[in-house]
Amino acid sequence: MSNTGAEIERDERDAATAAADDADDQLLRVGNLRKEFGGITAVDGASFAVADGSLTGLIGPNGAGKSTTFNCITGIHEPTAGEINFNGEDIAGLAPNAVADRGLVRTFQIARELAEMTVLENLMLAPKRQQGESLYRSVLPTFRNGVIEEETELREAVWESLEFFEIDHLAEDRAGTLSGGQRKLLEMARALMTDPDMLLLDEPFAGVNPTLETKLLDRINQLRDEEGLTFLLVEHDMDIIMEHCDPVIVMHQGRVLAEGPPEEIRNNERVVDAYFGDDI
Amino acid sequence: MSPDGSPTDRLPTDRLDGFRELLERSDAALVLTAMAAFYLLFLSIGAILNYDLAGLISILGQVTFFTAVYALVVLALNLQWGYAGLFNIGIAGFMAVGVYTMAMLTAPPTGSPPGLGLPISVGIVGGMVAAALIGLVTALPALRLRADYLAIVTVAISEIIRLTYNSPAFSTFTLPGGIALGTGGANGIGNFPSNPVRAIYFTDPSSAASGTTPIGTAVFGFFENVLGVFRSAVIVDLTYGLVLAVVVVLVYTLLARVGNSPFGRVLKAIREDEVVAKSLGKDTNRFKIKTFMLGCALMGLAGVLWQGFGTGAVYPQAFRPELTFYIFIAVIIGGAGSNTGSVLGGAVFANLLFLLPQYLPNIIEQTFAIEADPNNFIAAIGPIAAGEIAPLLGYVLNQRLPALRFVFVGVLLVYLMQNRPEGLLGHRTETAAAVDLSEGHTPGTGPSQAADASGAAGGEGGVDDE
Repeated sequence: MSNTGAEIERDERDAATAAADDADDQLLRVGNLRKEFGGITAVDGASFAVADGSLTGLIGPNGAGKSTTFNCITGIHEPTAGEINFNGEDIAGLAPNAVADRGLVRTFQIARELAEMTVLENLMLAPKRQQGESLYRSVLPTFRNGVIEEETELREAVWESLEFFEIDHLAEDRAGTLSGGQRKLLEMARALMTDPDMLLLDEPFAGVNPTLETKLLDRINQLRDEEGLTFLLVEHDMDIIMEHCDPVIVMHQGRVLAEGPPEEIRNNERVVDAYFGDDI
Repeated sequence: MSPDGSPTDRLPTDRLDGFRELLERSDAALVLTAMAAFYLLFLSIGAILNYDLAGLISILGQVTFFTAVYALVVLALNLQWGYAGLFNIGIAGFMAVGVYTMAMLTAPPTGSPPGLGLPISVGIVGGMVAAALIGLVTALPALRLRADYLAIVTVAISEIIRLTYNSPAFSTFTLPGGIALGTGGANGIGNFPSNPVRAIYFTDPSSAASGTTPIGTAVFGFFENVLGVFRSAVIVDLTYGLVLAVVVVLVYTLLARVGNSPFGRVLKAIREDEVVAKSLGKDTNRFKIKTFMLGCALMGLAGVLWQGFGTGAVYPQAFRPELTFYIFIAVIIGGAGSNTGSVLGGAVFANLLFLLPQYLPNIIEQTFAIEADPNNFIAAIGPIAAGEIAPLLGYVLNQRLPALRFVFVGVLLVYLMQNRPEGLLGHRTETAAAVDLSEGHTPGTGPSQAADASGAAGGEGGVDDE
C-alpha cells in the first residue's frame, strides 16, 4: 500500500461507486461529503458506506472530522456539499428530527442528558410516535385513557431498559446528578428506546467501567445479530475497535484514509502514519 | 383544629407537623390554606378601616377576582415559559387581542364604536382564537431563530398591538363588505355586553334597575334580610369571583393534563436541550407552536375575563408592558414549571403586591394619623434637612400604590433571588407522564423507596390519573 495520493483517491472513489452498485445491503451511504465552517474545512470529501447489520467502526486522530461527519449525517449540521443516503433515501440537509424519525439515531460525544428531568422521564421521552404527543389526545377524556394505557406499557419497557443498563437505582433521580459514565449509559438506553434501525454512537464507552463496557458490547452484538440493528461507532479505544468492529473506517484530515477489516487496518502504513507519524 | 371530643395529648408541634405534611401532600389544601390566609388578612384590613358588611363582602370579591385572573394568566405563562422555555414577554398584547376581539364581535352594530353584535359565547371563543392566531403569526418566524429572539419579537408585537388599538385610524373603520367596526382608539370600547354573571340576577343584564330574576330575588333577599346588605353589586362581584375560581380549576386541570403527558415531556425536553429532543425524532417546532398558541389563547381568555367582563370597558392603557412584568414576577414567585406554584404565585402577587399596596396608605393614615400630603417631591424632602421625615411619609402615602407597589416588588425580588431563586414550588419534581412512573418496577424495590417515589411523583394531586 505505497500508492501515490492521487491513485489512492481514485481507488477510493472506485470503491465508493462499486459500493453503490450493490446498494442492497448498504444502509448508509456517504458520498463526497464536505463541510466547511467559514474558511475551515472540517470534512473534505469523505465517502464511505455502512452495511446493513454491521458494526462499523469509525476511527481517526483528533480533528479528523469524525464528529462533524456524525453531525452532518444526523442533520445537526447542514453539509456544504455531498450526498447522504439512508435506506435508499437522500437525507442530506434534513432536520435532525426527520433523520431520527427515519430510524437513524445518535448519541453525543459529551453526554447530553436532560438534566432537570428524571432518568425515567429521559427514557419515557424517547419512543417515537407516542399517542400522548398529540395535544388533544393528552387532554380529552376518552383519548387520555389510550394515552395512559400506552404510558403503562412504555413504563414496563423503560424499567427493563434501566435494569439492563444497571441504572434502575437512579430511576427517580434527576439526570443531572448522574456521573459521566452513567450519563453515557442513559444516552444509549434513551437512543435504543426510539427503536432505531441504525445507531450512531459517539464514543459510547468513555467513562464506562470495564465490566459494563463488556456487557454493553455484548448487548450491541446481540441487537445486531437478533434484531438486525446497524451500528456506526466512533471510539478511541483501539482494542474495542479491532476486536468488535468490522469493517473499520479511518478518517484523517476530513477524508477517508482507509476502509477495511480490522487486521488490514492494523497493518496499514498510512493509518499508522496518520496516528503516529505526521502528527507527532 | 378544634379538639374533636377525644382528649388528645399530642403536642401542638405534632399537629403542626401533620398539617405541614397535609400541605405538602395535597395541592388543594395548600392553595386553600393560602387563600384562607389572604381572606383573613383582607377581612382584618376591612375591619381596621371600619368597613360595613357590604364593604367586607366587596373586599372578599376583590381578593377572589384578582387572585383568579392573575392565576389564569400565570398558568398560561407557566405553560409557555415554565414548561417549554418559550420566553414570551408580550403577554399584555395577547390579552388585549382576546378582549378587544371579544368586544368588537359582541358590541352592538349601532353603538359607538360599532361592533358585530354577536353572542357573548362567540365573542369569548373568537377572542381566544384570535389571540392564538396572533400567537401563531408571532411564533412562526421567531421560533426559527434562537430563543432570545422570541422575547424581542413578542415584546415588539405586544406594543404594536397596543398602539394599533390606541390609534385613531382604527377608531371606527369599515370592512370591505360595508360592515362598520371600531376599536374606539384611546377611548376604548365600553359598549360590549356586560358580565354574563349579571344574567343570573337581573332580567336585563345591562341594567341593575331592570328587575331581578327569581334567583336574584332570592339571593338579594337573603342578603338584605339576613345580613342587612343592600348593595347588589357586591354580590354580583363575589359571584363573578367564584365563577372565575371555577375557570381557574378547569384551566389548571387542562394544563396539568398537558404537563403530565408525553406532550408535556417533550416540552420539558425542549426547555432542557432542544437538540436532544430533535435527535430523538421530535418535531420540536410543532410542539413549540402548539404550546405557544394554547398559551396565547388562554391569555386571550384571561383578557376577556379580566379587562373585559371584570372591568366592563377596555382601554389600550390597560395593556402596557408593566402588566406583562407583573405576570412574570408572579411566575417567578410561584416557581416556573409548577402549575400549583403558578396559582400560588398569582395569589401572592395579586394580594400582597397588587391589592395590599392599595389599602396600605389608608391603614397607615388611619392608624398613625399621618396626612397624605404634600404631593410634590421637593416639599417632601426639603424638611428632612430640618430632621422632619413626616412630610416624606406623607408624600409616599400621597403617591399611593404605584410607588409602593414597585418598592415591594423590588424588595421581594431581591429577597427571592438571594434566598429562593426557584420560587415557592419550583423545587418540586412534577414528573411529566400520564402514569406514576415509579410503579411497574417489581423486582428489587424496597417499600420505603416506593413510598418516597409516589410522594414525589404525586405532585399534581389526583388530577392526572382520572
